[in-house]
Amino acid sequence: MASKLTRSNRAGWLMALPGTGLIALFIILPFFLAFAYSLTNQRLASPNPTEYVGFENYRELLGLAVFTLEPERDEAGNAVVEDGEIQYPRLRSFTRNNPDYPNLQGKREWISWQSGENRTVILASDVVFMKALVNTFTFVLIVAPVQAGLALGLALLINQKLRGISFFRAVYFMPVVVSIVVVSLLWRFIYSPGDGLLNNILTGLTFGAFEPRDWLGDPSTALGAIMAMSVWQGVGFHMVIWLAGLQTISPTLYEAASIEGANKWQTFRYVTWPGLRNTAVLILIVITMQAFALFAQIDVMTRGGPLDSTQVLVFQAVERGFGKQDISGGSTISVILFLIVLCISFIQRYLTRERT
Amino acid sequence: MKMGVTFAALSAVGLAGAASAQTELSLWYHGAGSANAEEATMLEVIEEFNASQSDWVVTIESFPPIAYNDAVDAAALAGDLPDILDVDGPVMPGWAWAGYMQPLGIDEGFVEGWLPGPIGRWNGEIYSVGFWDAAVAMTTRRSTLEKYDIRVPTLDAPWTGDEFMEALTKIRDSGDFDYAFDPGMAWTGEWYPYAFSPFLQSFGGDIVDRATYQTAEGVLNGDAAIAFGEWWQSLFTEGFAPGTSQDGAARETGLLNGNYAIQWNGNWAALPAVEAFGDDVLFLPAPDFGNGPKIGAASWQLGISATSEHPDGGRAFIEFAMQDKYFAKFSDGTGLIPSTASAAADTANYKEGGPMEVFYALSEAQAVLRPVTPGYRVQALVFEKALADIANGADVADTLDAAVDEIGADIEANGGYGH
Amino acid sequence: MALVSPDNRGLRLATRYAVLILVAIIFVFPLLFMAMSSLKPDFQLLNDTKSLRAFLPVGEISFDNYTAAFDRAPIGVFVFNSVLVTGVTVVLTLFVCSLAAFSFVFLDWKGRDVVFSILLATLIIPYETIFIPLLLMASQLPWIGGGGIEIGWLNTYRVQIIPFIADGLSIFLFVQYFRDLPRELIEASRVEGASWWTIYRRVVMPLSGPVIATAAILKFLFMYNQYLWPLMVVQAEEIRPVMIGLGYFTEQLNVPWGEVMAYLTVITVPVLAFYLSLQRVFIASVASTGVKG
Repeated sequence: MASKLTRSNRAGWLMALPGTGLIALFIILPFFLAFAYSLTNQRLASPNPTEYVGFENYRELLGLAVFTLEPERDEAGNAVVEDGEIQYPRLRSFTRNNPDYPNLQGKREWISWQSGENRTVILASDVVFMKALVNTFTFVLIVAPVQAGLALGLALLINQKLRGISFFRAVYFMPVVVSIVVVSLLWRFIYSPGDGLLNNILTGLTFGAFEPRDWLGDPSTALGAIMAMSVWQGVGFHMVIWLAGLQTISPTLYEAASIEGANKWQTFRYVTWPGLRNTAVLILIVITMQAFALFAQIDVMTRGGPLDSTQVLVFQAVERGFGKQDISGGSTISVILFLIVLCISFIQRYLTRERT
Repeated sequence: MKMGVTFAALSAVGLAGAASAQTELSLWYHGAGSANAEEATMLEVIEEFNASQSDWVVTIESFPPIAYNDAVDAAALAGDLPDILDVDGPVMPGWAWAGYMQPLGIDEGFVEGWLPGPIGRWNGEIYSVGFWDAAVAMTTRRSTLEKYDIRVPTLDAPWTGDEFMEALTKIRDSGDFDYAFDPGMAWTGEWYPYAFSPFLQSFGGDIVDRATYQTAEGVLNGDAAIAFGEWWQSLFTEGFAPGTSQDGAARETGLLNGNYAIQWNGNWAALPAVEAFGDDVLFLPAPDFGNGPKIGAASWQLGISATSEHPDGGRAFIEFAMQDKYFAKFSDGTGLIPSTASAAADTANYKEGGPMEVFYALSEAQAVLRPVTPGYRVQALVFEKALADIANGADVADTLDAAVDEIGADIEANGGYGH
Repeated sequence: MALVSPDNRGLRLATRYAVLILVAIIFVFPLLFMAMSSLKPDFQLLNDTKSLRAFLPVGEISFDNYTAAFDRAPIGVFVFNSVLVTGVTVVLTLFVCSLAAFSFVFLDWKGRDVVFSILLATLIIPYETIFIPLLLMASQLPWIGGGGIEIGWLNTYRVQIIPFIADGLSIFLFVQYFRDLPRELIEASRVEGASWWTIYRRVVMPLSGPVIATAAILKFLFMYNQYLWPLMVVQAEEIRPVMIGLGYFTEQLNVPWGEVMAYLTVITVPVLAFYLSLQRVFIASVASTGVKG
């Protein structure tokens, strides 16, 4: 690598300067400002002076506590059971103005499970943030592989020599060129409950066996519905990247494979796939970044509901920063998101490092 | 900016050769793209003002409604506000407190006899005034009520909460409608606190304790509020009303198509119902859940920005604009309620015997302002989320507790919001 | 391989097309819904969403929504602004980012790897999360205009363009692609005494059709769909982009859906045209270069 031929500080700096300079000014500097805000109580509109608060914003987002609820007991000391369910005292009697439990003040139930007679509860200072965190990860973990895989399938499908194939390529790409805001507006009609479009189609296809669902109104389907739509919208773009990669693979390699009698799977495994390595890294990173930045779909379709089942980090950051005018809180979420994605990209780079 | 304003002035106001001694006043307006006469009327007011005197020239920049508040926040942050600001009534205290606006400097006598909605007060001073108010009513058909033997309520004798629920039960059990009642869950955002917090107030609760504006403890999670929450939840769990996943289409066509029996809707949507049902249409007052029937007051208003170098010019324009003839003009063009009774008498819809006369009475008798505090913008979002969560089956007391905590934390973080 | 009878081949061809068409339907139906709805009056449009009529030009069909939409908002201005801002940004992005990537891949210089790692890290900062500090900065930035130095970028075209010229992703796209180019080609030119600038211009860029197309499309889509940023920095109607224009139609409560659909259809056309034109360019360039042996 470090041959004399390619050594040139001056030319190297000069050529990299416009790009890196602009990024330093318009991305890195604002990001450091955001980090600075996260250590203050900065508001969007306020006559009060901004104060340094240390890591208070982080504590308010990340605070957790574990608490064991004991059942209500009758005089004999047995747990009270009504309708087959053990009765517990209300959690709010511990979390609201209870001097015996100062560490629980203002916290809310996030997760709970049964252990024997007792119920163990994990409380969080900011349940909505915790749910956003989990939902974001769920979204990324499902959408990234599904979308990358489907995109590759489409790319292979569209990489045939058939009459009119470029027409199909254009059609598959069409959702990509439509703004995600527009797409989200359209899909709200499609996901409409009762006799909405999707329900009607599914009922028709199953000859009435399908029970209409409230796709976006049901916490169990809302995130899935948004995932499906996101994949639908984005897959065409990644198909094109795959396609660009596929087309850089020399036809002579395929000819050689066919001369040696390789079947389709072998050709894919030993010719196509190795040729796509850089493309695969690229796609994985691009999809992961886009998935973490999930915002517009949520903003247009559910605004985080129902019951926080579609809360995600960027939406929360924007909602706080602009909606609730809490710049420091919004910035804190941004910084946390950055740190998370940074860790993930280190892992990704490690896993996909060049094995030379 | 200069270029833009001048361009807008020339094209919109049609003021060709502007006289040299005039001072330019910029005005930001929220109604870009409004199909009804709202923006056109505003332009007309400006044109007539500019022609009426030779000191000032008002130039307008219109923004799409959904982008307006954010644009003002951004401009304030960047020190780039216009002279005259159009402001949503409940948002005004926040802008006044944050130093975006200055007091109007007009005296109380000017607004005597107005509906309460179009007057924006903060810290005992008037900051903004508006052309109109809006009101909400239970919209339904006389024939529907008669069919199920339901009493037609009046302003003096509204339905009680129990009576209302009995009526809904009868309608629901008949199976004739998809839903007996449509509160309008599709309209997210400001609609929730505007349209639904009056129910809470009728139960005896509120979004925030208006005595101090320092906490919501006890009013948003007290017994009355929990009773409200249980009632609210029952609307959805017991199949009376469509939930948060209702789409805008269903909201708009549901009553007219006969899918919904009773709809909680604003006067701006009243004309299509009048057209569809003719004399059969009814606009009814809110039910009384114990503390009287309540509806929200709502109005966009005009005020002067804190950074304006010519507040006297802004004041002159606003005083000029707030005339009965313009109130009436706005009302005729938009279907909204004029700010004064004398203007109402001159309108097509609100004069005696007019098809929407009842809304003026509703607005006068039952309108409650949303909490008058800079914290309102956050409180509105918290309230909206709480109501959506409860509708979706969340535990009522826990959800209201969480809302109270969030409102309290926000007030504290903002040093009490200057109350 | 066994001989394939003509019938069998016909069947296989038919299957292939059947699959292609089926997939095509999945991708196109919401857009069909959009285009068809734009021709219908509101009330019918909303009722049609309950059946397959949503995809058919049936009932009362007219271009009234388009007329109304153009009356309601200066759509031509918005489209022009978006195309201008997007076009300028895309061109500058392609140049600036490919140049930087060229430097990262083919040149050795002090600090290169560190700088590149930092750039990669910026790739994961969503713009939404830095817009507020960016806004404060933009309001204070200087600019040399006709009347000397002025302060503040708000309410201009440049504030919509310059912050978005360089981004980690575009550089990364070029880097990934350049790494696959044969290094011998560059080193050979170097031996022949070509300057770096010449190599960039004459050797590398002509081989980069596919990545140029990819980066251009990605940037185009990002810029054309910008909403939050123009909302914050643009006040004058004359320089507003299309996504802000959408706000003219989603009025506070009663939405004129027919006009919305018409507007959506209108603003989608330029993007589609851009893609279709690029698609040919980049397929042609791939065919002619036969990159990577």
